[in-house]
Amino acid sequence: MYVAVKGGEKAIANAHALLAKEGRGDPNVPAIGQDAVAGQMPVLVSRVMTEGSLYDPKLAARAILQAQGDVLEAVTLVRSYRTTLPRFGYSEPIDTAGLDPQRRVSATFKDIPGGQQLGATFDYTHRLFAEPAGDGPVPGDAGIHHVPMPRVSDLLGSDALLEPDHAADWADPEPADLTREPTVHPMSRAERLQGLARGDEGFLLALGYSTQRGFGNTHPFAGEIRVGEVEIEFDAPDLGFSVPLGRIEVTECQMINQFTGNAHTPAQFTRGYGLVFGRGERKAMSMALVDRALRAGEFQERIVAPAQDEEFVLSHADNVQAAGFVEHLKLPHYVDFQAELHLIRQLQREHHDNAAGSEETNT
Amino acid sequence: MRVLAHASRPQLERAWAAWDAKPEVEAIRGPEAGLVMVRGRVGAGGDRFNLGEATVTRATVRLHGVPMTADTVGSAYVLGTDLEHAWFAAAFDGLLADEQLRERVLNDVIAPLERGQEHYDNDRRAEARSTKVDFFTVAREHA
Repeated sequence: MYVAVKGGEKAIANAHALLAKEGRGDPNVPAIGQDAVAGQMPVLVSRVMTEGSLYDPKLAARAILQAQGDVLEAVTLVRSYRTTLPRFGYSEPIDTAGLDPQRRVSATFKDIPGGQQLGATFDYTHRLFAEPAGDGPVPGDAGIHHVPMPRVSDLLGSDALLEPDHAADWADPEPADLTREPTVHPMSRAERLQGLARGDEGFLLALGYSTQRGFGNTHPFAGEIRVGEVEIEFDAPDLGFSVPLGRIEVTECQMINQFTGNAHTPAQFTRGYGLVFGRGERKAMSMALVDRALRAGEFQERIVAPAQDEEFVLSHADNVQAAGFVEHLKLPHYVDFQAELHLIRQLQREHHDNAAGSEETNT
Repeated sequence: MRVLAHASRPQLERAWAAWDAKPEVEAIRGPEAGLVMVRGRVGAGGDRFNLGEATVTRATVRLHGVPMTADTVGSAYVLGTDLEHAWFAAAFDGLLADEQLRERVLNDVIAPLERGQEHYDNDRRAEARSTKVDFFTVAREHA
């Protein structure tokens, strides 16, 4: 148990000043600006926005600078900031089928309408140190204004080979909001996706990996990955109509998984879904794997692995909670530890006394 | 409103500076920053779910004075926390509501912004299309 301490103000102030000095590095080197971080570290910024659950590249860049590159610290800053702002409302659901992808690949079909478009990717790089490439790509078909890129899941879905988006008798239910209501298990899939979207990338990556290695086998294929800017519209209560707010960049992953069928449903492909802010492909893929694993109950699959256990996954995915509870251990626990120390001493004394007593009886 | 929401703050600031005979702009609400919860759909077409929030700034202003035929109210919502950004967008929205000024705003402000945005989109699209790839499988396809 933690008991509050007082004092140490001067040392704490100095520690923070020292932290700032250490974070500044060599004063002869120009300091990095917020815009430089937002522009040159977009993947890091994306991660902080996704796990901070707040889309704002400028604020995320500022958080990264203040946190000296500590992702979890930056995420915490973003989460704290969001609590200071009023909630205007909810957006219309974003239309990822309508987004004009910068990147769009499918690992299941070679020839998809609209084609495979690599976009800005680390794939196919040699993963060796190299000099940065020059002035961008040589632009392709400049005359082409818009190539429609339908969803890969619609191609399979039309033949009933893939589970549909929703049941025929579907009322488009209002989703619960984890930031507003206490967590109750079991969650709806919508709630789980909200939890996974803000979950730690490393944790979800490890869980997703575990399903591939046999801990809750899901036989996945990356049906489609899309990265691009999508418009968001907000149903403004004061105006009475939907207003466009601008565009946000998102990464979407549709994972397609084998399903052998059961008494009620014939064999078909099932799906896992991942959606994150910015460019976060690894996170989107991991999220889709874990989303599918967590649907085990829905398909009457045996629940044998951690990634299939909703309470385990969702209760430990949030890195702000996890970091807070782990890191609080370093705060002063003097009173608590004194009590433990006292107890151990007493137990040892009793142990010695008992040992001495039994020796006396033996002699 | 879409064009104004997509325009950057410096673009709107320049357009406002270039706009002569500015009316009086009186703040009715804000500008104030807040949050909008962004929603997605499960599997892109299923149930709605809450993805995460985005910062949004809104402003509502009343325009009156010299160039206006009558008082108008302008509103704007823009992404981000730049209060001025929303203020400029709301001011132009108010000008658009004026029957006499509407044409001029559309021609002098909205049309150039829209062209700029289209140009930017086309450039981005052309760059993206340059990465279009045709994979071919090494295995025999018609065995």
